[in-house]
Amino acid sequence: MSDTLTVHHEHPENASEFVANDSRAHWHDQSLWFVRSKRDKAASTLPEWEELRARASAIKQHAMSRLGDYLEEFERNAQKRGVTVHWARTPAEHNQIILDILEKHSAKKVVKSKSMLTEECHLNPFLERNGVEVVDTDLGEWIVQLLHQPPSHIVMPAIHIKREEIGELFHKHIGTDAGATDPPYLVNAARGELRRKFLNADVGITGVNFAIAETGGFVVCTNEGNADLGVSLPKVHIACMGIEKIIPRAADLGVFLRLLARSATGQPITTYSSHFHGPVEGGEMHIILVDNGRSDILGSPDFRRSLNCIRCGACMNTCPVYRRSGGHSYETTVPGPIGSILAPSRDAKTHKSLPFACSLCGSCSDVCPVKIDLHTQLLTWRKEIFIRGLLPWKKRIGMKFGRILFANTWMFTTAGRIGRWLVPKLPRFMVYNSLNPWGKQRELPPMPKQSFRQLYQQRKPK
Amino acid sequence: MPRVGLFIPCYVDQLYPQVAMATLELLERYGCEVDFPAAQTCCGQPMANTGCVTEAKPLAEKFLAIFKDYDYVVCPSGSCTAMVTHHYEELLHGQPGFEELRKKTFELCEFLVDVLKVGKVEGRFPYKVGLHNSCHGLRELRLGSSSEMMVERFNKAGQLLSGLEGIELVPLKRPDECCGFGGTFAVAEEAVSCMMGLDRIHDHEQAGADVMTAGDMSCLMHMYGLITRQKKPLQVMHVAEILAGRQPAKEIATTQPAAVVSR
Ligand code: SF4
Repeated sequence: MSDTLTVHHEHPENASEFVANDSRAHWHDQSLWFVRSKRDKAASTLPEWEELRARASAIKQHAMSRLGDYLEEFERNAQKRGVTVHWARTPAEHNQIILDILEKHSAKKVVKSKSMLTEECHLNPFLERNGVEVVDTDLGEWIVQLLHQPPSHIVMPAIHIKREEIGELFHKHIGTDAGATDPPYLVNAARGELRRKFLNADVGITGVNFAIAETGGFVVCTNEGNADLGVSLPKVHIACMGIEKIIPRAADLGVFLRLLARSATGQPITTYSSHFHGPVEGGEMHIILVDNGRSDILGSPDFRRSLNCIRCGACMNTCPVYRRSGGHSYETTVPGPIGSILAPSRDAKTHKSLPFACSLCGSCSDVCPVKIDLHTQLLTWRKEIFIRGLLPWKKRIGMKFGRILFANTWMFTTAGRIGRWLVPKLPRFMVYNSLNPWGKQRELPPMPKQSFRQLYQQRKPK
Repeated sequence: MPRVGLFIPCYVDQLYPQVAMATLELLERYGCEVDFPAAQTCCGQPMANTGCVTEAKPLAEKFLAIFKDYDYVVCPSGSCTAMVTHHYEELLHGQPGFEELRKKTFELCEFLVDVLKVGKVEGRFPYKVGLHNSCHGLRELRLGSSSEMMVERFNKAGQLLSGLEGIELVPLKRPDECCGFGGTFAVAEEAVSCMMGLDRIHDHEQAGADVMTAGDMSCLMHMYGLITRQKKPLQVMHVAEILAGRQPAKEIATTQPAAVVSR
């Protein structure tokens, strides 16, 4: 299967393609807005909501400031519980560690519950190339896997796919009735199919939502219980986590669990919050701690706070651009506002259009349960892109020209006067053409005869 | 009498003189001595928002030199005000007079409510009005509570407008969704920008608004462009215009209460 889209496009190109299908784009916008509204309702039931956000942000910032210490504490405590802890600097290392474990157990069938980290590391195609069958057991993730697509959202991977399309897909793959779109029917059929996968699996892989330094245990949050099922039957459990998933104490967990599901889907808590403290009897548990650029982000004062992210997806649901351009338009594992900060941290050149895929409305910063200053960081990224010389020359020249114009009051007012005089006189095709993206769907404002400064002078003759 | 330096965004000066004039009149109505320093041009926000800090810096310095001696600096734009109060810091940090400038610069509604303590605005505006909350004013200046935050609800522009006689502020389905202007975003992401604008317009239409108002003319310029191209009847007016007593440019059949009509 294809892991990511290989040919790279800039965001505006992908977005305009998405927008071109007006009814679908609106359907997408409304589905996500519905989730955002549910979040509002759930958050409003807690009078201490803003306090919780502040607390969560403080805990994360603290944890990040001593990340090395907490990771080692976590490792020690996990080892005491009989867990094997691995460290991986890169996706390649992460994938190899998993393959080694699988080979040791001659495992050929793997069930995996939702893990954005394994997406980030492109684990599935790697394992498939090595003759291992991987099944994503989260329903949404399984759907995109069957479609050979990457997830378009970190919490709802198949949010961009309509019910009818799922019906068709299931008809083709698991033989549901043609034309069936009834959700309970489809879910049941999927459940039956996935059950068989669970029963036959040799190894279960999960992500990690929170790893607790103090106890060496970790928590996985799902709505379908697929993490529990996936690791209860096989004897080997591999948990993959980014190093930023650490929290210091068990007592901190409540703060995050209360925020996570409310922010993500508007539920008071995810249906399953599964706690793991060591291998099942006679089995093995492995935890892989993955860096993949996170230490670099930690080293940057401007972007460090992006590591606070608990992957709730709320910034995507609220983002007016994400809702109207779809997750795939970002061409990254994590899309939306947080993805537009994380992706350029790894590869600024490829992802340089993402910090500009934003109207700087600031809704993401206000919705984020851990108070990441998302829109400010996006603005800071724009600066970085300019400094690194990655800004397209048109914008660069335009801004230089603007500065020269505005620096000189006479030039500015003269240009204004000429523009106001000239534009109404020009034939329409000279104003509204392919060189003027403003005018594609919008009229220019009416041009007044006089500027305010002229009126002001006449008003107060000195 | 406080001496107010009138800070008029460059495009408002050149394209929307009536908005600047309404701002001037309002400030005078509430007892300010207002001066428009003619040397001003642009605060540098377009450059800063594109990441071009080196291009923005000379404009910020020019701004400081022009405005530093007033008691207050007032601007009919949340976005341009936020540039000075929230984003000049990194361009002008430590420069003499900057700290003071930052503290005495206000957006118009904020200045009326918080500094001049204006309660009820006199005037009549018997129309259905949709208030579009421009993002920088809302989420940077906190001119109102944003729908994401679980805090007590308030809105400074809404509070001032609701004092007018006959006005009906219509409820929107999405109280503070962005209109998609976003400066260079409007052209760089033309497709998404226009879709956002049209969605915003539809929200006002379904709410039955005759007039859409906002604290930022840039949002309204974008939506006016879409409205005019699509020949919709919805009109746009800056908050300052409504507060200063201007009436809609095109005639609107005044909405009579149903009971009166049926009689
Ligand atoms: S950045 Fe904040 S809102 Fe976005 S996914 Fe992460 S925690 Fe959630």
